[in-house]
Amino acid sequence: MFKIVKREEMSQGTVILNEIEAPLIARKAKPGQFVILKANETGERIPLTMAYTDPERGVIAVIYQVVGKSTALFKTLKVGDGYQDVIGPLGKPTHIEKLGKVVCVGGGTGVAVLHPITRAMKEAGNHVIAIIGARTRDLLILEDFMRRASHELHICTDDGSYGRKGFVTHALKDILDREKIDQVVAIGPVPMMKFVSQLTREYGVPTLVSLNPIMVDGTGMCGGCRVTVGGETRFACVDGPEFDGHKVDFDELMLRLQAYCEEEKACFQEFCMMEESWHRK
Amino acid sequence: MADEATVKEKKTKKGRVPMPEQDPKERARNFLEVPLGYTPEMAREEASRCLQCKTPGCVEGCPVGIDIPGFIRLITDGEFTASIRHVWKQNSLPAVCGRVCPQEIQCEGKCVLAKKGQPVAIGNLERFVADWERAHGTGALPPKAPPTGKRVAVVGSGPAGLTVAGDLIQKGHEVTIFEAFHKPGGVLLYGIPEFRLPKEIVAQEVNFLERLGVQVACNVVVGRTVTLDELFAEGYQAVFLGLGAGLPKFMNIPGENLVGILSANEYLTRANLMKAYLFPQVDTPIPRGKDVVVLGGGNVAMDAARTALRLGAERVRLVYRRSREEMPARAAEAHHAEEEGIEFFLLTNPVRYLGNEKGRLVGMECIRMELGEPDASGRRRPIPVRGSEFTLECDLCIVAVGTGANPLLTSSTPDLKVNKWGYIEADPCTGKTMKKGVWAGGDIVTGAATVILAMGAGRLAANSIHDYLMRGW
Repeated sequence: MFKIVKREEMSQGTVILNEIEAPLIARKAKPGQFVILKANETGERIPLTMAYTDPERGVIAVIYQVVGKSTALFKTLKVGDGYQDVIGPLGKPTHIEKLGKVVCVGGGTGVAVLHPITRAMKEAGNHVIAIIGARTRDLLILEDFMRRASHELHICTDDGSYGRKGFVTHALKDILDREKIDQVVAIGPVPMMKFVSQLTREYGVPTLVSLNPIMVDGTGMCGGCRVTVGGETRFACVDGPEFDGHKVDFDELMLRLQAYCEEEKACFQEFCMMEESWHRK
Repeated sequence: MADEATVKEKKTKKGRVPMPEQDPKERARNFLEVPLGYTPEMAREEASRCLQCKTPGCVEGCPVGIDIPGFIRLITDGEFTASIRHVWKQNSLPAVCGRVCPQEIQCEGKCVLAKKGQPVAIGNLERFVADWERAHGTGALPPKAPPTGKRVAVVGSGPAGLTVAGDLIQKGHEVTIFEAFHKPGGVLLYGIPEFRLPKEIVAQEVNFLERLGVQVACNVVVGRTVTLDELFAEGYQAVFLGLGAGLPKFMNIPGENLVGILSANEYLTRANLMKAYLFPQVDTPIPRGKDVVVLGGGNVAMDAARTALRLGAERVRLVYRRSREEMPARAAEAHHAEEEGIEFFLLTNPVRYLGNEKGRLVGMECIRMELGEPDASGRRRPIPVRGSEFTLECDLCIVAVGTGANPLLTSSTPDLKVNKWGYIEADPCTGKTMKKGVWAGGDIVTGAATVILAMGAGRLAANSIHDYLMRGW
């Protein structure tokens, strides 16, 4: 068992942080890599990119949004409970080097994945501008972390309840108009990454995105995570998870993410009903 | 003399005792094992057909050299415990091999009775003694050599890795198996379906090794969680790589990333390892196609097609580009599939997949093929027949056209030599790789093959590792 040593709820309980004891993985993991977690015997294997690691304490941290049965099940795990299986680190680490000016753009729980990359980019000597966004103020996560990890932080909310009203792309466009940027890293919901990539293509700024398609093993064995990049099929688990945003077929990725939407919906509803009746008892 | 000749004559003429099977219509809708096994009486009767040849062809045909007449004679005598012990000397996974070995081209193919009639049902008999031991055995373990203090790491818990672990633990070494998945068994677990090899059996085989003292560490991806060199630094003196051929091949034709097209690896892993056929009792979903097409003609294609049927498909078609004769699947598997209602579309190849506006598969365009001159594999090369395109409707397609070498470990271990296809170069007699202290065997060396060939490679490597640990490289 992989014990949960710290647990925090964010965004009105829809986003959860878990620090998990996994010394072998903590020792090896680098920014941009992911793990696969499985809660129990009947559980599903869920890939999540790590938010941070602490090799000395032997822990890794994941931050996930509750979107279906499996993540709802994860949410029921308390400190002292554990995941039956944690596998990793998987995928290629982010290529970190001194490039000059870097903009890191994060949306939703993507900010959790963006944070270690942002920090590493800063440590590598880049001038790092961060933009984070959410639908509304309460859903915004890791503001303080991102402030520390960057030189300059911009915040956007769709409803204007905090920071600038509008999408992260609006803030990004202003920056691109203002100064020469050497690299953009965008991590968040697929539509966000798509629109960021469209924008940066116009400006000719290289853009890295991190993809989280459906997968089973995470080691290149199932091919469920295939994505089209530059007209070629790549496996996100071993060739990625990060790719050149200008080459990714985001529309195909969005369709592929819907592969099990009906099964997921039915499964989640059943789980929620069971949870409810359990609480009533 | 005359008597002996008459006995021989009788045995030749007597047909083999058939193994009872689930009715095809019934079994096509459940995941229970298809053959039901021999009773002790059936086993003794079948065993009595063996001629006990002085120079047995069957042993020659067995990749691990089991003394087949020996264990069969013990069955005839009703000495089932002695019989399984006899098998164990050469084969640590008899319950598995009795079920999944291609006996018709190995032991049974070489049986002298096969020349005039039906060979002795060696596979069925091996399965019988293994099952008998599982049900009635004392659970007593085979003897172990005194501890040598040497440590061996086995990477991968498929048939090759399990064989190496079983052999070396009995020779007195400490053995740890590292498995990337959350459960041990490799292809026996994720690849071969429940109805051909119950997972209970795989678990028991692994448990047998654990009782012998083998450590099993799951969730360890060697090459990522630990590197090979770190294993040596941790004190392992030898490493065996039984990684399998785990990279799915696709057709590389337009539309392949539509929703509803899965590699056989993914489909079978969902069904077998994740038990997704029990969804929603388990959390992993699996697409349940109504109209399913499976691409390929091997055992994996048969497994996928038969799984689709059991998941409720109304129609399952198997599309294969050559003819029945060239089909690599075992005759028994193809026969079982057809019995259950799988339709074979032979000499047919897909050209492109067709999708709807939601990006879901709705069909595929195929073309008829004809056979030309033999190619490098010795099989006649299929050639498209111009103008013969037609459309097959389907809502699920399983691509079972083979696997390649997974580069995950080899790419992170530069001093491990691989060939142009990415398979590890290893001495065929010893399994030694170009990296000191590292052996490899099974599909990661030969490309996709059979369980028993992987076990044979494991046996050779185990002997070589033992020599190395006791005497040097």
